[in-house]
Amino acid sequence: MRSGVIAKKLGMTRLFQDDGKQIPVTVLHLDNLQVLAQRTINRDGYTAVQLGSGSAKAKRVSKAMRGHFAMAQVAPKRKLTEFRVSPENLIDVGAEITADHFLPGQKVDVSGTSIGKGFAGAMKRHNFAGLRATHGVSVSHRSHGSTGQCQDPGKVFKGKKMAGHLGNSRVTTQNLEVVQTDAENGLILVKGSVPGSKGGWVTIRDACKKKVPDNLPMPGAIRKAEPVVENADDSQVEESGEAES
Amino acid sequence: MDLIAKFNDRQLEALKLKKDIPDFKAGDTVRVGFKVTEGNRTRVQNYEGVCIARKGGGGIDGTFTVRKISFGEGVERVFPLHSTNIDSITVVRRGKVRRAKLYYLRNRRGKAARIAEKTNYRPKSETS
Repeated sequence: MRSGVIAKKLGMTRLFQDDGKQIPVTVLHLDNLQVLAQRTINRDGYTAVQLGSGSAKAKRVSKAMRGHFAMAQVAPKRKLTEFRVSPENLIDVGAEITADHFLPGQKVDVSGTSIGKGFAGAMKRHNFAGLRATHGVSVSHRSHGSTGQCQDPGKVFKGKKMAGHLGNSRVTTQNLEVVQTDAENGLILVKGSVPGSKGGWVTIRDACKKKVPDNLPMPGAIRKAEPVVENADDSQVEESGEAES
Repeated sequence: MDLIAKFNDRQLEALKLKKDIPDFKAGDTVRVGFKVTEGNRTRVQNYEGVCIARKGGGGIDGTFTVRKISFGEGVERVFPLHSTNIDSITVVRRGKVRRAKLYYLRNRRGKAARIAEKTNYRPKSETS
């Protein structure tokens, strides 16, 4: 099992293929995605990598976290996530993961926090049918109906679907197809929609219910060198050719 | 500019190299060469009619609606502006209209559904 990535959801657009097809895609952005720490069997009892993405102002980061970032020698990150990996797939601290971590055509699982809907009724929340429009129904057209039996159980069973808070929960969409990756700009294009709002953080992993492709980069697609802002443009130009095609 | 707009612009530039989209708007009569695949060979089918609406601007999501009367029956087709299935778009006639969306044509037949020709059309400068 190799590491997933943290990405920012930029929004949706469409891709025109040469055969005339259009593909609805969600554009996900890998923003300075770097390895911050490793979890090892000896020390922690399990193996994982801790990734950080985005950029945070150093003065708004707590002192404890600043120390953590300093230990990894990376700039402060906005979003931190741990990914369980098998021991041979551990990635060195400080390495940057690039968008060609995933291959076009591969299936991935994308997790995010869904858009919050607030307190929602049973029709919206559980797809209940509601009550009838006429035939004596008054006021309660959108209510759920009965919530149980009679004196015998004498209570409403736990887990009964009722109105309540909807959305703003962690949702995983499985088996989304990666359409295109762009390592130069750090973009991953996934077919279909992913949970969450624009600008929200999501995690992308290899699909757990599909066989992984054989030619996947195996601890991951890594850019070793610490990217320096000034000459970042030069190094990216070389890679653009393969990414665009 | 945000990243997704940049991404769309890159895609648009690549698409614009392949085909030229003329300047046209609602009221113009256009001929759309649409690629049709039958089995394993493709041919270009022409579809000519009045453009009654343009939606979504000139960007990647832009579409236009073409209406024509086919065998006495009104037919409308919506084309994505930048679809790779569109071989060519040619403007047959410039119409003079005062609406951006000509949905009122749906309720008109024959003589009432005519559109006057615009005689003073001047192409836009090179910017577009």
